[in-house]
Amino acid sequence: MNLPFQMNAKQRLSRSIRMPKKRVNRSIWGTLSLFALLTVFGAFMILPLVYAVNNAFKPLDEIFIFPPTLFVRHPTMNNFIDLFNLLGNSWVPFSRYVFNTVFITGVGIVGHVLLASAAAYPLAKHHFPGKKILFSIVVLSLMFTPAVTAMPNYMIMSWLGLIDTYWAVIIPAFAYSLGLYLMKQFMEQIPDVLLEAAKMDGASEYRIFWSIVMPNVKPAWLTLIILLFQILWGSDGNGFIYSEQLKSLHFAAAQVVAGGIARSGAAAAVALILMSVPITLFIFSQSRIIETMATSGMKD
Amino acid sequence: MQNWWSLKWHEVRANKHSYILMAPYMILFAVFTVLPVLVSIVLSFTYFNMLEFPKFIGWQNYTRLFLEDDVFLIALKNTLLFAVITGPISYIACFVFAWIINELSPKLRAVMTLVFYAPSISGNVYFIWLMIFSGDRYGIMNGLLLKFGFILEPIQWLKTEGYIMPIIILVQLWLSLGTGFLAFIAGLQTVDGTLYEAGAVDGIKNRWQELWYITLPSMRPQLMFGAVIQITTAFAVADVSIALAGFPSVNYAAETIVTHLIDFGTTRFEMGYASSIATILFLIMVGSNLVVQKLLRKVGE
Repeated sequence: MNLPFQMNAKQRLSRSIRMPKKRVNRSIWGTLSLFALLTVFGAFMILPLVYAVNNAFKPLDEIFIFPPTLFVRHPTMNNFIDLFNLLGNSWVPFSRYVFNTVFITGVGIVGHVLLASAAAYPLAKHHFPGKKILFSIVVLSLMFTPAVTAMPNYMIMSWLGLIDTYWAVIIPAFAYSLGLYLMKQFMEQIPDVLLEAAKMDGASEYRIFWSIVMPNVKPAWLTLIILLFQILWGSDGNGFIYSEQLKSLHFAAAQVVAGGIARSGAAAAVALILMSVPITLFIFSQSRIIETMATSGMKD
Repeated sequence: MQNWWSLKWHEVRANKHSYILMAPYMILFAVFTVLPVLVSIVLSFTYFNMLEFPKFIGWQNYTRLFLEDDVFLIALKNTLLFAVITGPISYIACFVFAWIINELSPKLRAVMTLVFYAPSISGNVYFIWLMIFSGDRYGIMNGLLLKFGFILEPIQWLKTEGYIMPIIILVQLWLSLGTGFLAFIAGLQTVDGTLYEAGAVDGIKNRWQELWYITLPSMRPQLMFGAVIQITTAFAVADVSIALAGFPSVNYAAETIVTHLIDFGTTRFEMGYASSIATILFLIMVGSNLVVQKLLRKVGE
């Protein structure tokens, strides 16, 4: 039913996977210096992460060795065991922090993907009064950070009675602007013919949205999921959530890190756990994300 | 006889499905993004401490900001310094690395994309840099410098005014190859290959001309998007500053507009004043975005 669009997506993907053709106008020195540049800066990007990974497996005496080493010599799992003992003894059980983070991230992502897609579909495919201005407001809001709105947001949350609940973090996540923006750009390439055909067959707008548009924008879902995952996974609800039982894994981690020298090993283990989850997710979804990003541009 | 209003009303009625589909998102968006900005602008003209009703005081917050608040001027200077250094560098870095990576084989390209994107996706683990720039001799930076004899005493990197800004700029650059970088990688892959062949026939001599006359103009939409993302992050430095230099930092050496805003909003509860800081930041961000977008239209001409 949705063949034409999927063929487009496939062609695009196959084009992006194919080796770039050998081009004319290339000097060998230019190539060499560019690759040297890539290597040096690549090392700068990855070495701190390599250091973090290695630190997590270092026994305590190796973390405090002089001179410090990048790579671990006698790897051990002790840091992870320490970490779990440490968190096991805390007032709020560790599993509670994990549950909080998973709950906030999960609900936030599902809500965002559904609401942002539903809003993106009319913006991409329908013509109605106010469409332009609504979309420009969303684009404008890409241009400022949450810090600008943090204070009034707090007041609004407290009027709505959302302070000190999960929802103070989750509900605003439903309406992040970047997701809507990317989704709208992606939906624009669905051929109109497909939607018109469905309309001829008597499908309602909601049905078209749910059974034609949504399946066709799966690559963009993944991108939204990753972006939002990044934000929610790293959020500590700082300023909105006070109850210890509702706080996130990231908050618990920050406390371990704040523990100082005695906890250096456990802190390194925390760093590894926190970073490995989003990185792993990205590895598995890389090509889909890049496919979505291909439509991310702003036209003049 | 139909006037303009009733025509519009008919259009709205005819499109009611569109509005219904958008409603849930748009309502939340209005409540948590649009309304706060408006509230912030209104509050910036008042004295408000969260307890009493806001009192209108005109431009007083703004004159206080620029004429009396020395720390704000430090924050403004630091933020502009951040933005002027990290903004363009990270924007150009995003493009240059995406451009080099684009010529690699697919497998290598995937690996390099991950290498450059990993720091920004790894979920606020910049506290790794705390271990690297730790003030004792077990921190990697001190350790190396001591070992090779450049210094005799460990340096208190994050407690010494002169070092704080450069270190935060470095970490911010490390973190900054994010969404914009991915958009560039994707944009480069959509550039039509036949354009290059045509360009070669038309007398393009080297890769730099190819870059300026073909590649850059073809991906102007992605360049715009990347600019918006990079500018916004460059002006919003706060988390890294707080995590590395503390809050407040030594002698306000790492104070930025956002940390200043947090200071007044959450510590001193001067909401009117904090709102005026937020409004200034908002204006700076939108203003610089418009300027940069205008500049980008000239690419390839």
